[in-house]
Amino acid sequence: MRKLLATTAAMSALALGGAQAGDVRILWYSDGIEGEVMQDLLNRFMEENPDINVILDNVAYQVIMEQLPIQLAAGEGPDIARVTNIKEQAEHWLDLTPHLEDPEYWRDNFGAQLDWMRPDGTDIIPGFMTQLTLTGGFANATLFEQAGVEMPALDAHWSEWVEAARQVQESQQLEAAFSIDRSGHRITGPIISYGAELKSEDGRPAPLDEAAQAFITDLVGWTDDGAHMRDVWVSAAGTTYRAGADEFINANIAYYYSGSWQIANLAGKIGDTFDWIATGSPCGDAGCTGLPGGAALVGIRYTQNAEEVGKVMDFLGREDIVREFSERTLFLPAHRGVVEAGGLDFQTDDENAKAALESFVAASSSLMEQANAMPGWRYANAVYGGMVSRISQAMAGEMAVEDIFERIDSDIAEQVAAADSSN
Amino acid sequence: MTKARALTGVGAVLTAPLRLVARAIDPPMRIWQRLAGQNGMALLFLAPNMLIFGIFVLVPLFINFLYSTTGGTAFFLADRPDVGLAHYQRLLDCRDYTAPRSCRDDMFWIAVWNTARFVFFQVGLMTLAALVTALILNRAIPGKGFWRAVFFFPVLLSPVVVGLIWQWILQRQGLANLMMVEVGLSPINWLTDRFWAFAAAVGVSVWAHMGFYTLILLAGLQAIPRDLYEAAEMDGTAPFRVFRRITLPLLMPNLLVVVVLALIRAVQIFDEAYVLTGGGPGTSTMFMTQYIYEIGFANLLRNPGLAAAASILMAGVLVVLTLIQLWLARRSAGAGAGGGRRP
Repeated sequence: MRKLLATTAAMSALALGGAQAGDVRILWYSDGIEGEVMQDLLNRFMEENPDINVILDNVAYQVIMEQLPIQLAAGEGPDIARVTNIKEQAEHWLDLTPHLEDPEYWRDNFGAQLDWMRPDGTDIIPGFMTQLTLTGGFANATLFEQAGVEMPALDAHWSEWVEAARQVQESQQLEAAFSIDRSGHRITGPIISYGAELKSEDGRPAPLDEAAQAFITDLVGWTDDGAHMRDVWVSAAGTTYRAGADEFINANIAYYYSGSWQIANLAGKIGDTFDWIATGSPCGDAGCTGLPGGAALVGIRYTQNAEEVGKVMDFLGREDIVREFSERTLFLPAHRGVVEAGGLDFQTDDENAKAALESFVAASSSLMEQANAMPGWRYANAVYGGMVSRISQAMAGEMAVEDIFERIDSDIAEQVAAADSSN
Repeated sequence: MTKARALTGVGAVLTAPLRLVARAIDPPMRIWQRLAGQNGMALLFLAPNMLIFGIFVLVPLFINFLYSTTGGTAFFLADRPDVGLAHYQRLLDCRDYTAPRSCRDDMFWIAVWNTARFVFFQVGLMTLAALVTALILNRAIPGKGFWRAVFFFPVLLSPVVVGLIWQWILQRQGLANLMMVEVGLSPINWLTDRFWAFAAAVGVSVWAHMGFYTLILLAGLQAIPRDLYEAAEMDGTAPFRVFRRITLPLLMPNLLVVVVLALIRAVQIFDEAYVLTGGGPGTSTMFMTQYIYEIGFANLLRNPGLAAAASILMAGVLVVLTLIQLWLARRSAGAGAGGGRRP
């Protein structure tokens, strides 16, 4: 209720023209405790800069996805926003370069992800990633142990992980062996690890090749034979996101493929009910890779207070502040200096969570090139969205898996054509 | 007497400003009536309402049509390229309209056929259930008021709440399966089996809306003159014959209204079904409104033009249904004016 009221108040404020002169308004959403941590950091900023009033509007994620784009299209909006749909809205981001104290510091430390948030062909500094995410797997170590099944090695193939999880399923009478979130983003890492080339030479999406078709065929097959949790994918149409986290938390499955952002959720809900570990990403024929992503804090180009926005961003981008934010929120940092210095003291008593965070930090340095390029590719969302609904149809038995590939290609082509006709 | 006089005095003081306004506008109204006649006066009184209707219904409808002739992913019309009727061509491009997979946009036709099936079963079942319930509630049963409230209560619930309640009951480890296991039955995948998910969408919708239509039918039943039943009873007419020859014909105007209102509501089905099944499994319960929502708002790459075109086509269907309703209402009023209800 409080979030609803806050959202309403925030959107009303935005509708009335945003912040007053000298105010900096940040539109923010939270998955966990990061809103509280951010407010704490901003209070410190305001103590150091009493002439700048920063207002943190904590809203639902849906507001960021559905209402902010409309505000931006109207040339309005907050001064700063935390967003995940970074590349497609890049035209609305402010170039912070003239407003930052030391733009070189930003290029050095946040440079690896700046292309994810820039309009193609520009070298602006729109903001920085508040967190890096990486897709990867989690295994229920207690169930594996109870079943007497050895956990596959870190470089094991997808089929080995599925087979091991299936043995646990049979031994422990589980609902299913494993689950992957219902999301095109989530299956793109495995598809790339199978060797798929998703991008054609002209930079547009390529038709699904044999490697992509092989993973999709495997996934549908695993669903048909009961290894993959059917409910997660089949219980929705369209591109609706469904997480399989609850199935893992309730020990209905032995293996769960999602990503680093689930760590705090799993730690909080599983507690000491069972032991779990992060496994990195299982391998395909071409390699082992997760898919990076995350949330960015960007300046909005329609702000009336660009100087103040620059000061706020300079503060939040400081190495000590990024380090503190990551340690308190259990997020993977995107700051090169922080990553290279290492020794992050994640503030949790949960040993499973600590080990998982270290595992994801390690995995983030061994991504396949193609996977690393996905967040900066403007057609990535077209590919993600195009796959989900058709794969669900195959899993539900509405279409044969061989028949969905042509439909996926044509769906993606229609979306790309619509996106291109806007430019 | 003194008190009444005092109240009248207070009333006169309070309404004085109104009388002043009435006197001020009276001369121009008289002039307008002289110039424009009785129809002109009707137009004058309707104008404020038509203005509101125009701003909030006709203008958005027109803008929606403009959207449907533009392409791209931008939100504002000025930023959107003109594509003419391309979206309509895409939606209507089919080799065989009864086989969605032969269509260029198969999802649209899947949604159309799902909606048609839903309308057929939901309206049929709901009308039948509402009729049976109304017949029972019209009898002299103990706690009649209580039972009327019980059947009407779901109508008061938000559709999202309805969807969430039934999802909690029907999910894999939900209340329904728990009870089935308790009595020795095998659990059913209510929401992930295509047949059961569709049945659940229909059943929940019937449960949620039946109370409203029951009340309409109940009002119709109570308007039937009792003397007709007494005459039938004196003649020894069998109960089913009484129902077929007296109740049903006299209830027909209400039944037609119920059917048409239910049809319009069923074509627009979205909220409770979306919360309950998400449109799945696969696309088994994806209806027209969800298709429009997905294309226009929920997809990572939105296509507002295509969504607008689909909604214009859907609006066409709703206009036809509304015209039927108006025609039935007029016919019913005409029959009423022509001598009332007699078998």
